[in-house]
Amino acid sequence: MEIFEWIRFIAGTIVLLCGLLIFVIEVYGIFHLKYVLNRMHAAAMGDTLGISISLIGLMIFSGINFTTLKMALIIVFLWCASPVSSHLIARLEVFTNDRLGKFCETGLGLSGNGEVISLEQEDKEDRV
Amino acid sequence: MSRMKPEDEYKKTKAFHFFLWLSGEKDPYIGNLEMKPQKEYIEERVSLRERMRENQMVMDKVYNTRYNKWLLLFRRFYRIMAVFFCIMLAGLLLFTVSYLPPTGNASNPDNNEVAKRYIESGMQETGAVNIVTGMILSYRAFDTFGETNVLFIATCCVMIMLMIEDAELKKQEVTNDRRFEPKNDAILQGTAKILVPVIFIFGIYIILNGHLSPGGGFSGGAAIGAGMILYTSAFGFKKTQRFFNEKIYKVTKVSALCAYGLIGIYYYVTGANGLENHIPLGIPGHIVSAGIIFPINICVGIEVACTMYAFYALFRRGGL
Repeated sequence: MEIFEWIRFIAGTIVLLCGLLIFVIEVYGIFHLKYVLNRMHAAAMGDTLGISISLIGLMIFSGINFTTLKMALIIVFLWCASPVSSHLIARLEVFTNDRLGKFCETGLGLSGNGEVISLEQEDKEDRV
Repeated sequence: MSRMKPEDEYKKTKAFHFFLWLSGEKDPYIGNLEMKPQKEYIEERVSLRERMRENQMVMDKVYNTRYNKWLLLFRRFYRIMAVFFCIMLAGLLLFTVSYLPPTGNASNPDNNEVAKRYIESGMQETGAVNIVTGMILSYRAFDTFGETNVLFIATCCVMIMLMIEDAELKKQEVTNDRRFEPKNDAILQGTAKILVPVIFIFGIYIILNGHLSPGGGFSGGAAIGAGMILYTSAFGFKKTQRFFNEKIYKVTKVSALCAYGLIGIYYYVTGANGLENHIPLGIPGHIVSAGIIFPINICVGIEVACTMYAFYALFRRGGL
C-alpha cells in the first residue's frame, strides 16, 4: 500500500504545480498588459482555472472524505461567482470608456436596439 | 404514436425557444440588456454660481477672525483642551499599565495557567467542542459584548451622517449617483437566483454550528450579509425592501443586542456571586448544547449581518 500512497503524493504534487504555473502566468499577464480588459482576461484565468486545478490537487492529497466534498463545493461556487464579477467589471468599462474603439481592434459595439454595429457609424448618426 | 400540435401552439413552448437559441437565430439577452453609454452629468451655470456665492458668504461671515471674535477664542480654548485631554488619557492608560505584570515573564498567568485551563477544562465548563468559541463567548463574553456594541454604535454613527430623510433628495441621489451602474443585468440576476439561497443556508449553518466546528456568529453573519448585498446589487432595493426594510432592521438589531445583554447579565451576575446558573450545558457535540453560547451566537450573527448590509445600503444610496 505504500506504493499507492507514493503515487497519490506524486499525482497531487504534479496537479498542484500545474495550478501554481497558471497563477504565475496570471501574475505575469497582469503586470505585462496595460489595458483593463486585457488585464482582466489574465486575472480571470487564475480565478477560475488556476484555483480549481490547485483545489483538485489538494483534493487528491486529502482522499475521499467530507473535506474533499467541501473543496468541490468551493470550486462550484467560484466557477459561478468569479465569471459574473468579471462580466460586471467589463460591462462598467464598456459603459464608461468613451474611446473603446481605440483599445479594441474590432471597433464594433452594440447599439441601443441591441444590434451589432460599428462605433463610427453610431457617431455619425449621433451627429446628424 | 405522436401527438400533432398546431404550429402556433408549438411556438409558445419552451422547446421551440430552446432550439431557436441552439441554432443561433435568437439571443435571449439581446434586447433585455441595457447597452447604452449613459449621459454625462453636467451642472447648470446658475446653480454653480449660487453655490460659489454661498461658499463665499460663509467664509466671510463665519470664518473671518476679524469680525468673529468668538471663533478666535473658541479655537484657542479647543487647542488647549485637546492637548489637556490627550495628556490625561495617556497618563491614565500609563498608570493602569504600570500595574500589569512585565511582558515575557514566564510566571505570568497568560503564559501558563490560562491557556492550560482553556484546553483542559474548557469543554467541561462551557460545553463547547470548539475551544475558540468557548473562549470568546463564554470566558470572555463581556469582551465580545463590547465588540457587538462597537458594531451597533458604528452603524448608528454612519446613519447619523449618511441617512437621507427627505424623499425628494433620496430620489435625486438614486438618479445622480449611480449613473454608470449596471441595472437589471440578466447574467447577474440569473447567478444571484441560484447563489443567494445557498449563501443564506451556508451562513445559517456556520452560525448554528459555531460551538461544534470552526465558525460562529461573526463569520456566519458576514456570509449572510454578503448574500444580502449580492441580492440587492442584482435585483435593486425595491425587491429587498419586501423582506428587509428599515423597520425590520431596527427591530432585529436592537432586539438581538438586548437579548445578548440580558443573557450576559444573568451569566455575569450568577458567576460573579458564586451562584448556580440554571442554563443546562447539554451533551457536548449536539446542536442544542453549550449553555449560553448557542443563543449568543445567533444574536451576534444577526448583529453582524445587519451591520454589513446597513453599511452597504447607507454608503450606496443613503437609506435602507
